[in-house]
Amino acid sequence: MPESLTRQDVAKVADLARLHLTDAELDLCTGQLGAILDHAADIAALDLDDVPPTAHPLPLVNVFRADVVVPGADRDEVLAQAPAVEDGRFRVPAILGEEP
Amino acid sequence: MNDLPTTALAIAAAVRAGSVSASEVVEHHLDRIAATDGEIGAFNLVLADEARAAAAAVDAAVAAGHDPGPLAGVPIALKDNLCTRGIPTTCSSRILEGWRPPYDATVVERVTAAGAVAVGKTNLDEFAMGSSTENSAFGPTRNPRDLTRVPGGSSGGSAAAVAAGHAPLSLGSDTGGSIRQPAALCGVVGVKPTYGMVSRYGLVAFASSLDQIGPFATTVADAALLLGVTAGHDGRDSTSIDGPVPDLLGVLDHGVEGLRVGLVTELMGEGIAPDVAARVEQAADALRAAGATVEEVSIPAAAYGLSAYYLIAPAEASSNLARYDGVRYGLRVDAATTAEMNVATRTAGFGPEVKRRIMLGTYALSAGYYDAYYGKALKVRTLIMRDFDRAYGQVDLLLTPTSPTTAFRFGEKTDDPMSMYLNDICTIPSNLAGHPAMSVPFGGGADGMPVGVQLLAPALGESVMFRAAAVLERAAPPLDEVWT
Repeated sequence: MPESLTRQDVAKVADLARLHLTDAELDLCTGQLGAILDHAADIAALDLDDVPPTAHPLPLVNVFRADVVVPGADRDEVLAQAPAVEDGRFRVPAILGEEP
Repeated sequence: MNDLPTTALAIAAAVRAGSVSASEVVEHHLDRIAATDGEIGAFNLVLADEARAAAAAVDAAVAAGHDPGPLAGVPIALKDNLCTRGIPTTCSSRILEGWRPPYDATVVERVTAAGAVAVGKTNLDEFAMGSSTENSAFGPTRNPRDLTRVPGGSSGGSAAAVAAGHAPLSLGSDTGGSIRQPAALCGVVGVKPTYGMVSRYGLVAFASSLDQIGPFATTVADAALLLGVTAGHDGRDSTSIDGPVPDLLGVLDHGVEGLRVGLVTELMGEGIAPDVAARVEQAADALRAAGATVEEVSIPAAAYGLSAYYLIAPAEASSNLARYDGVRYGLRVDAATTAEMNVATRTAGFGPEVKRRIMLGTYALSAGYYDAYYGKALKVRTLIMRDFDRAYGQVDLLLTPTSPTTAFRFGEKTDDPMSMYLNDICTIPSNLAGHPAMSVPFGGGADGMPVGVQLLAPALGESVMFRAAAVLERAAPPLDEVWT
């Protein structure tokens, strides 16, 4: 059984999920997520060592299509939806801390 | 105008025969939307100009001697998580506000090709996460039968649009009950087909191993019609089943003589409101009277369905929603670096429930907790499928409530996520198993609000499910019958 969720756990998870929480939101979320995980304690406590997991309802194997060229999305139509573009590409702010 | 047909089947027949024009049908429905949607709020966007143009094209085809198709001139409302080319698709989220998809969902292509006329995009809980449509960034939808109550969710707008007569048909998506529960709460028919029967291409992903698109309608036959048009293999969805589509309209009068129906013990006791349970018993009697046998069956693992679902769905969501990074589409909140821009965009763009589920899923998948939570949930999914297999060795169909209660009031459950999640207790097992299930209106509860009863069938068991649904529809008590 995992130990109960702490405020620090929630802060770490928010960081991993690229979300910023205020102090008040952190408190609220710790309580709410804790209550949901407490409910999930019923399955965390089950002994299921002999049960295989099911990730998907269909017995699918890899699905391939015929190797033929089909039209893709129109580049200009796609780029028209982007917040910022430059020279036919998506533009983003600085990465890796370099000067923009 | 008073004698316009009301069902999709009757509208399409009249339009194909030339006795009614698609244009007069669409004007009638646009008038209804204009008159009542201000207070109901079923639509995020009404496509009045586009609908008039599409209806005119249907009328021109009829005039030229062409058959527009099985949905000729039938108005249809589309859940706003179905991509419509060049038309805003928001998922009721700030993060996608203003986004115009560069392609149509397969189901949108198919209903349009069959002659249907899209009248608007309907409201939902943000990214389909919720059971009341209160989680929409653009405000709630109200239940057309009582504006102080929720319509259910997440496809609350699609259910309300059909219940309010805004359109005879609508499409929704169902990940844990998001078609069936609002159908029950609004008093209409709602179907979650077998996983893979309807292409998910162009459905904005929530939890990919659970999501399925399905119809809302006022009658079982109309639901069968729309499911028939939308079902079938699509090479653009790798989980699409490559097999024949059953003729559901053709089996509706086959009855239930000799069918074996199971009442699920675990979904009839604690947590189910007495008035709802009484309607399910009454539905069982109606099936018995029509020649079916009814017995109690046990799905012991159903008790663990809620916990498994609220780990699996958030886990898949946390991965699917990682794509909203402010780079390629939708909202961007500017910041000095890309990493800071990602955080600022997601923090401003997602609402509280979506954030809660992303964090829950991230936690369930994180190192140290994966085995205890996500891994366990996947094993419980196996147990549920085994229990269903065992039950279907004994019976052909299962009968349960759709929702534990009738429509609740706004704000009643918003402060306690766990009480909101309990709404889904009867609907979740079918998503975990990938099985079909549908809600059929069956009278009212003690408060006079609609009650839905749920029929469940094994994978690809739609034919037998629709046969029973047609029997229940004929036997259903009127909504205004006093509950005793």
